[in-house]
Amino acid sequence: MPIEVAFDAVLVLLLLGLAGTALHVRRLYTAVLLFVIFGLLLAITWARLGAVDLALAEAAIGAGLIGVMLLTALARSGAEPAMRSGRLGVAVSSVLAVLVTALLALAVLPLAERTVDLPELVSAQMTNSGVSHPVTAVLLNFRGWDTLLELVVLLLAFLGVRQLGPAGGSLPAAWPLLDAWSRLLAPLSIMLAGYLLWRGSAAPGGAFQAGAVLAAGAVMLHLAGLLPRIGWSNWQVRVLMLAGIAVFALVAAGTHWLGAGWLNYPLSWSKALIVLVEIAATCSIATTLTLLVIGEREQPTP
Amino acid sequence: MVELSVWLYWLSWPLLIAGIFFFLAGTVGLLRFPDVYSRLHAVTKADTLGLGLVVVGLSLRSDSWYSVGMMVLVWVLIMASGATACQLLARYQREAELAARVTRQEPPSDAD
Amino acid sequence: MSSVIPYLLGGVALWVLGLHALLLQPSALRRIMAVNVMGSGVFMVMVALGSRNSPIDPVLQALVVTGLVVAASATAFALRLATAGPYEEPDEQDDSAQGRP
Repeated sequence: MPIEVAFDAVLVLLLLGLAGTALHVRRLYTAVLLFVIFGLLLAITWARLGAVDLALAEAAIGAGLIGVMLLTALARSGAEPAMRSGRLGVAVSSVLAVLVTALLALAVLPLAERTVDLPELVSAQMTNSGVSHPVTAVLLNFRGWDTLLELVVLLLAFLGVRQLGPAGGSLPAAWPLLDAWSRLLAPLSIMLAGYLLWRGSAAPGGAFQAGAVLAAGAVMLHLAGLLPRIGWSNWQVRVLMLAGIAVFALVAAGTHWLGAGWLNYPLSWSKALIVLVEIAATCSIATTLTLLVIGEREQPTP
Repeated sequence: MVELSVWLYWLSWPLLIAGIFFFLAGTVGLLRFPDVYSRLHAVTKADTLGLGLVVVGLSLRSDSWYSVGMMVLVWVLIMASGATACQLLARYQREAELAARVTRQEPPSDAD
Repeated sequence: MSSVIPYLLGGVALWVLGLHALLLQPSALRRIMAVNVMGSGVFMVMVALGSRNSPIDPVLQALVVTGLVVAASATAFALRLATAGPYEEPDEQDDSAQGRP
């Protein structure tokens, strides 16, 4: 249908325009803002293509949390160095870029007609998975290993940030409006996260989206100055952060010793195990993302 | 006699077009108004009204009260967050301008 | 089916756009944004390929959700590395001199 083709073309051109402008505009502040808008438009793109889980995750993580991270880094960074290559370098690299795009497009276009039978395999096994939403089944049952390793990657990123010590810098005192708005949004985000977590077994949602919304609520509280000073030194933070990996690893070990194999859930237990792992993973993801975004604050000097 | 759903479908068209018009008006205001305050005013007011009209237009086309309720909830949240963000941005701009005015009025000192 | 092609080409173009900026821009923050744009390009190609089936291919979508979270955590680490100041030796004698300037 021509109207859909026009919509797709306009959306893609808008995305390319936003990305190009964000990467080349002079002021870094404008670049960060345009990048956040790019993230939001990307969420609309995923929704248009039918990837609703991904749209939820992109809106929360890609636009929200990464935007806060970039603005915090912008506040800490100094003046931007000038561009090194002159006009000739830019021209040559642009020509090369167009050639590489053409080459990759030629390589990728034949894939548009090929069909793949993985979705049929997934829907054939859905009754054995324990949930009724295919993406959740893939994430937590069929490809459970990937999710376990992803939780480990999140922990590794946090430990890496921890190695660098506290970041310094303090927030200005929050205005009353921001205070009131955070107090309104934080419980709303908890409710929304619980809803997304529970709904993830039957409809788009799940642990990642719920964890990201929780982290967004916590970041809002931090920006209003209402979040207490938290870090790796609080045992509660440590428990929450390690809970996801611990529970998942325990389930894997349990299925290995007592069951059919690593992460091979027994049929009658699969829904319960998936929900258990999802709850632990949500706590883990929320805590890790929050601490990655707000950073641990400097301990007060004695 | 024409069915009610067809009536509602045709009634939704002017509402959707009016909503799009208000979005366009807000964007033109964002691009053409001279200073931050008028731009914030244009964008927040026109966008919220445009979104409200689009929500009403889409509700006339929807087939369940549940989706109408969800869309109204989304509109209320966007209205609240838009108003808060507009206030915060305007206040930040005001404080930046006051600080700049104070800095300009100070006599040049050697302490910097 | 025909909605796959604009997004395939768009994903490829985004990837090349990010690579171009990654190689040319000197500022660390912009290079991190460029890597994110490259990642978004790859995600767009994957989701476009997933949208060949209807409903969308759940395996590709799950892979992209995982990739998005991993990209966000890598971005956080990279941003922290980019804005870290010079290394400060912890002062042994004077505890109150700790901390960054």
